[in-house]
Amino acid sequence: MLVNRKLILAHFWLAFAVFGIALTLGAWQMFIRSPIGTWLSNPELYYRSLTAHGTVMGYVFPTLVAMGFGYAISEAALRQRLVGVRWAWAGFWLIVAGSIMAVIPIALGRASVLYTFYPPLIGNVFYYLGVVLVVVGSWIWVALMSVNLSVWRKANPGAPVPLAMFANVAGSYLWAWTAVGAALELLLQIIPVAAGLKTTIDAGLARVFFSWTLHAIVYFWLMPTYIAYYTIVPRAIGGRVYSDSMARIAFILFLVVAMPIGMHHTFADPQVGAGFKFIHSAFTALVALPTLLTVFTICASVEIAARLRGGRGMFGWIGALPWDNPMMLALAFSFVMLGFGGAGGLINMSYQLDASIHNTQWITGHFHLIFGGAIVIMYFAIAYDLWPHLTGRELIDLRLIRIQLWLWFVGMIVTTFPWHWVGILGMPRRMAYFDFGDPAIAPQALSVTLSAIGGFVLLVSGIMFIVILARGMRAPQADTGPYQFALAVHQPATVPVALNTHGLWVALMIVLTLTNYGYPIVTLALSEGTSVPAVYVGAQ
Amino acid sequence: MSTEEAHGSAEVAARVERRWATIAVIIIVMMALLAAFAGIHRATMPQPRVEIIDPSRLHLSGEFVESNLGSVLEANGNVTVRAIGQQYSFTPSCIVVPNDTPITLRATSADVVHGILVQGTNVNTMLVPGYISEQPMRFAKTGDYLMPCQEFCAFGHEGMWGKVKVIDKTDFADRAKGGGRLSCVGE
Repeated sequence: MLVNRKLILAHFWLAFAVFGIALTLGAWQMFIRSPIGTWLSNPELYYRSLTAHGTVMGYVFPTLVAMGFGYAISEAALRQRLVGVRWAWAGFWLIVAGSIMAVIPIALGRASVLYTFYPPLIGNVFYYLGVVLVVVGSWIWVALMSVNLSVWRKANPGAPVPLAMFANVAGSYLWAWTAVGAALELLLQIIPVAAGLKTTIDAGLARVFFSWTLHAIVYFWLMPTYIAYYTIVPRAIGGRVYSDSMARIAFILFLVVAMPIGMHHTFADPQVGAGFKFIHSAFTALVALPTLLTVFTICASVEIAARLRGGRGMFGWIGALPWDNPMMLALAFSFVMLGFGGAGGLINMSYQLDASIHNTQWITGHFHLIFGGAIVIMYFAIAYDLWPHLTGRELIDLRLIRIQLWLWFVGMIVTTFPWHWVGILGMPRRMAYFDFGDPAIAPQALSVTLSAIGGFVLLVSGIMFIVILARGMRAPQADTGPYQFALAVHQPATVPVALNTHGLWVALMIVLTLTNYGYPIVTLALSEGTSVPAVYVGAQ
Repeated sequence: MSTEEAHGSAEVAARVERRWATIAVIIIVMMALLAAFAGIHRATMPQPRVEIIDPSRLHLSGEFVESNLGSVLEANGNVTVRAIGQQYSFTPSCIVVPNDTPITLRATSADVVHGILVQGTNVNTMLVPGYISEQPMRFAKTGDYLMPCQEFCAFGHEGMWGKVKVIDKTDFADRAKGGGRLSCVGE
């Protein structure tokens, strides 16, 4: 039963409101850099917009979704009232305050450093402080998830922790630890310079700190999606989770191997030696494992639902799936985009293949397909699934929901596939405009135009999503019953300690991070003469 | 479902899972081995050495003073290209190199983070102030290639496009006879 509905709704509504704004900015950016909107080109406005888009989509939106969903899971899966509600509200308001503090310098053009910061470029100090507040607010959530689970453990000694909560807490620990990299970069390096206490900064060291955050954060974004795969989809389509323990292993693997791999973002950087780059490449390959396991387990779970509905044969069961169920549709779209995006990811992480596409439009295509596509479409599904339980009202626009999901899927494919293509041709990313009059660039005009059209399809879909939820707030009241999670085929009576607790895995995560990052960071921090003068943005 | 049946299906599930997990692990080990093989056997790997340099003194002394930038034919027939990136251009803005010759690009940044990418090739490296980037290159065909900055370097980033002009080996040798550093700026 969900008691703190207001708290959860506040998180979701704020998440979707900022998402709507960032999505609009994104569509505008696509438009002005394409050949159809060149008369609007203004690089200064473009990079402001890009900074806002990235900051919201990277930090604020997914964090709020994970938090709101986490509180819902904590109440519904543990069947206990949320402990620390006041703290939860405090965390929420910290995020509100941080977002406002960050967005003002962005809007004024004083912080156009994009969400990955790029020192020695330095923006206004309040931008960074705002980001820090958002992270601190989310750390309150991490602590609360841990506290709520331990309260439940005390009341239920030795009982298997419900899968949704086990995964939720794993996700929160992953976030807490991965945020440390960017926090160190901000607190030790960037903020002292932005505040005027120092004038130089080690750009190479800062990039290494950021890479600590930059890849595992993706798995934090992914966690709500994977929780939905395992604990919502099978129930929503009338199936069962194929294996409870496989699900736990997948989440543990994310916790352990997602962390120490971020240096593959610095393959082309001169400040890290080849050895650590190779280690991180190999670990990145390893992180494909939990996804491969998940693809298998979820396909098997879905097959169970199909066979229960009378599906037969080797592939005949696929037709028996409830394709008109929005959850089924969202899952299928999510898997297709995860497949393409994941294949691209294997190319990015490859020690050698990276050089072909490093920092080209291909990368933008890759992570929009994974995050904007596979992940966000499941955020939609989570909201649709939770909404009746948060509002006490039925969502009746099923047809509209299906159209919305279709548009998101088509829009994302139309946006990202041309990006992959021009990336292979060598089109660099983060460009405010292109000189399509140059005969060497002109052939890419069509691809860029297609992407812009895809961007508008996405915008329409995003608006529909918000309208559907808003209409859901006013639908007639209905008895929505308790919120349920999917059951496993073999619901475990007992679970081995290793699959029921996080301690061992958190320790392993920390040790692996320290071994994979410790030496490069210490060497860089101790080397003399690598600090360079800061270059302030917007200072004239 | 009787307990016995449930037990049997649990075993089937465990067996199928194990099989799938094994396949997944094999795929990943294969990928890592391929990368190791390509790295060791074909020597395709990122820059192994870390070299530092003070960006505020580039113009005063050392390898990256202005008179030393551009392409130079080494005694062993190889070519070395030295370049700097700064907001919002490369120096030299047009790099001239011979075809079918091993080339070493040595580059750094004078201010913020930049990147060098040569379109239509796998030449792609970051320029981080304070560090020297080294990148091997080799061009099979003559022709002009665009060389944009691939990393956001503030408001003029989109205008930072250099050029690589690959000319015939013998032409290059002719030009190099006079000594000095070659570029194709203004051509």
